[in-house]
Amino acid sequence: ELVQFLLVKDQKKIPIKRADMLKNVIREYRDAYMEIVSQAGRILQETFGLQLVEIDPKLHSYILISSLPCAEANHPCRAKEKEKMGLLIVILSFIFMKGNAVKDSALWEFLRWLRVHPGEQHEIFGDVQKLVTEEFVRQKYLKITPIPLMDPPQFSYQWGPRAAQETSKEDILNFVAKVQGKNPKFWTSQHNEATA
Amino acid sequence: DTAMAAQMTDAHRRFLHVLMSKGITEGSEARKLHQHCCETDKVYYAHDKLDDFISTINRHLQPLFMQIRKGMSEEDGRAHYAVVNLAETEVTKMASDYTEIELELFRKTMDLIILSENGFASSTDILNLADKLKTKKMKKKEAEQLLKVFVEDKWLSEKNGEYTLHTRCIIEMEQYILSNYQDVARKCNICRSLAVQSQVCESCGIGMHLPCVRKYFKAQTEPRCPKCNEFWSCDIP
Repeated sequence: ELVQFLLVKDQKKIPIKRADMLKNVIREYRDAYMEIVSQAGRILQETFGLQLVEIDPKLHSYILISSLPCAEANHPCRAKEKEKMGLLIVILSFIFMKGNAVKDSALWEFLRWLRVHPGEQHEIFGDVQKLVTEEFVRQKYLKITPIPLMDPPQFSYQWGPRAAQETSKEDILNFVAKVQGKNPKFWTSQHNEATA
Repeated sequence: DTAMAAQMTDAHRRFLHVLMSKGITEGSEARKLHQHCCETDKVYYAHDKLDDFISTINRHLQPLFMQIRKGMSEEDGRAHYAVVNLAETEVTKMASDYTEIELELFRKTMDLIILSENGFASSTDILNLADKLKTKKMKKKEAEQLLKVFVEDKWLSEKNGEYTLHTRCIIEMEQYILSNYQDVARKCNICRSLAVQSQVCESCGIGMHLPCVRKYFKAQTEPRCPKCNEFWSCDIP
């Protein structure tokens, strides 16, 4: 039962909290919690090639990551999700190439250049502001933190824990290199960081 | 069937991943995928061993009450594969993706489709249902949008403004439909599976899938009902 619960929850890409697992599935078997979770983890790995990864040790929240080598479509998702993933990859690339953190003003200027505007309904992505600042953050693909002592307030955008698990700096650098038709080594410092 | 305890390999897992993400996969696509997975993960590949390959996966899915099931499209008769949930007879996969009111509309639409003569429900009839939902009334625009989502997610398919159950839905919910609509749901006389769209004999009332009709009457000069032998009155597809 726990396996099904995890599969279904993870489909929405929202991290699964230990509290939810206890409440909805494990219930009266609380004492056997560790045993049940590790058994579920074994089944997920053996049958589905998915790893249960804890991304927040304080809140005890987990996500499922594919452990299959070079899986092209790493995560089961609907067709619509592929477009969102496309936008996400572009954002993750921008953040990495700019040194792993960018100011919100810089990111939105970059997106504007791609004709994606906050506050406007995009024909594919809809409410882009919501998608980037809420959905991607909730799914742990992006992390947004306020920059202290800024008035008006500004925010720093970084990779979230799920992004770090589902892709790698090397993959992203290769993506950028492919798009620009250059050798990844062209960007020395990023290349060094990605292959460290 | 060899008792050679077939292990799950990465090829099996990759195949399962893709099947789960697509919702439903057509037969020839599944065969291509089988080949691709075996090649990617460097597993022994035999082009006629797809069924064994799937059985291995199903053996591992069984304790989880899941299964890769094969079904036939009522449109073109082609085989399709879907990963289904066997645990409950309720619409479980859908239950996690939609709200209470959306599920209610779907169930009522399914009623219309199964109770209909030809297996289709017109969009007008469905929109009228939206107005009478128990949970809460649904506006016409919302219902229209929801129907689009049902089609996108492959629970319904649309043809000329009318809706029927998608092959994926039929594969997943066949048991549920047969047990909950016992008196009304038709079984195809030829292949014995649930028939949502069917041609019916005017004399004795047996039903057959359109592709099954086509196949059965292919060789015959005079189409006659397999049960009562009366002349088959419907147009052979």
